[in-house]
Amino acid sequence: MAGFLNSIDFRGLMIILFSAILVDNFVLSKFLGICPFLGVSKNLKTAMGMSTAVIVIMLLASAITWPIQHYLLNRLGIGFLQTLVFILVIASLVQIVETIMKKSMPPLYKALGIYLPLITTNCAVLGVTILNITREFTFLNAMTNSLGAGLGFALALFLFSGIRMRIEKSDVPKTLRGLPITLVSASLVAVSFFAFKGLIENIFA
Amino acid sequence: MSEKMSDKTYRSPDQRLEEKKKSESPMRIVLNGLLYENPAFRLILGMCPLLAVTISAKSSLFMGFAVIFVLTGSEFIVSLLRHIIPDKVRIPAFITIIAGFVTIVQLMISAYLPALNDSLGIYIPLIVVNCVVLARAETFASKKSPLYSVLDGLSMGGGFTLALFMMGSIREILGAGTFFDLNLPLFGSVIEPIMFFALPPGGFFVFGICIVIMHFVVTRIKGSTSGKRNGSHPESEPSEPGCSSCGACSICSESEVK
Repeated sequence: MAGFLNSIDFRGLMIILFSAILVDNFVLSKFLGICPFLGVSKNLKTAMGMSTAVIVIMLLASAITWPIQHYLLNRLGIGFLQTLVFILVIASLVQIVETIMKKSMPPLYKALGIYLPLITTNCAVLGVTILNITREFTFLNAMTNSLGAGLGFALALFLFSGIRMRIEKSDVPKTLRGLPITLVSASLVAVSFFAFKGLIENIFA
Repeated sequence: MSEKMSDKTYRSPDQRLEEKKKSESPMRIVLNGLLYENPAFRLILGMCPLLAVTISAKSSLFMGFAVIFVLTGSEFIVSLLRHIIPDKVRIPAFITIIAGFVTIVQLMISAYLPALNDSLGIYIPLIVVNCVVLARAETFASKKSPLYSVLDGLSMGGGFTLALFMMGSIREILGAGTFFDLNLPLFGSVIEPIMFFALPPGGFFVFGICIVIMHFVVTRIKGSTSGKRNGSHPESEPSEPGCSSCGACSICSESEVK
């Protein structure tokens, strides 16, 4: 056990985790998962429900797609089917999770169930599984990256829902009302995340 | 712009379909795709590639071509198979067809345009989950003849490409001072390129401004023709993002999330 723990590169994992949350934030710098980011950020409660569901599905999807890629697709030399296989795996995974939740965890289903169908077409989930492969992560790194991506998504949604609640109450010029002002404020949130650029090098170097 | 932005009326996909049936001429389909229902600026679909690859005019144009190919191809196949695919499994079937076309594009690009593969990278496989493609397959191709579907694919894809190109040009000119990698005379010597536009935040900003401009243009056109044509286009303002704009509401049947 001790040998196993020693073999894990915790510093590397921390770097992956924090760069996924803060520096390469999925929503604000990679533009993945923009639809739910703008769609369900109107109030804090739905934003948090959506984020929790996304984190769970991201972790599960990575845990399943990574072995599929390495032990099935690569072995058989059909790596080019990646996109096709991954999207179908994610779609059926979401369906399975929904069914299990409905049957065995009704309270949880009530809280998260309505967000699940939307996640299939959330590009952040497919994005993170593909990035795990293209960046040649080990399984542990891949899971850490997925956790970071999910937490980053939650952070962006959390911050942004607060801002949107303020916008609702403020007096916005008529032309910009609705979506345009939302996008402009998203742009400002993204600027604020630029402050984290040097963070990783300075803390973990 | 005379109407209030705040009072939005939600229309179910069926109602949208009814409205679409009224406007069924090929010309109408083309105009819808390019202008009135421009997927990017009017229906607010497919935002991820729109924001991510529009750093330069070139990459956004190629992304647009990839989307046109996938959209037209998958709409054609979906339309051909629309009587064969059982209703219950239609969404997985659509996704599989779309993923097939995306894989074709992916292989072609990595074989012939490896440089482009680096710049577009992950956003090519992500066309699979682009709402535009699935929404058109669901709301248009699964109900119309193959010919109309191809036309719809071309015009919707064209509208999306137009949007990508517009944003790509703005961001490249302002952000890097170049256009298709050519240096523009004014920049560098007189004006410093504004880095902001090349960075991710600039994407959100330019997109917001583009929506305002498109809204303005469409309401102007509508205003000038509404006198002659009775009952002009119903879509007078851009949709809200999220469920209602996706067009695929019947799939997730969860529009109460909004």
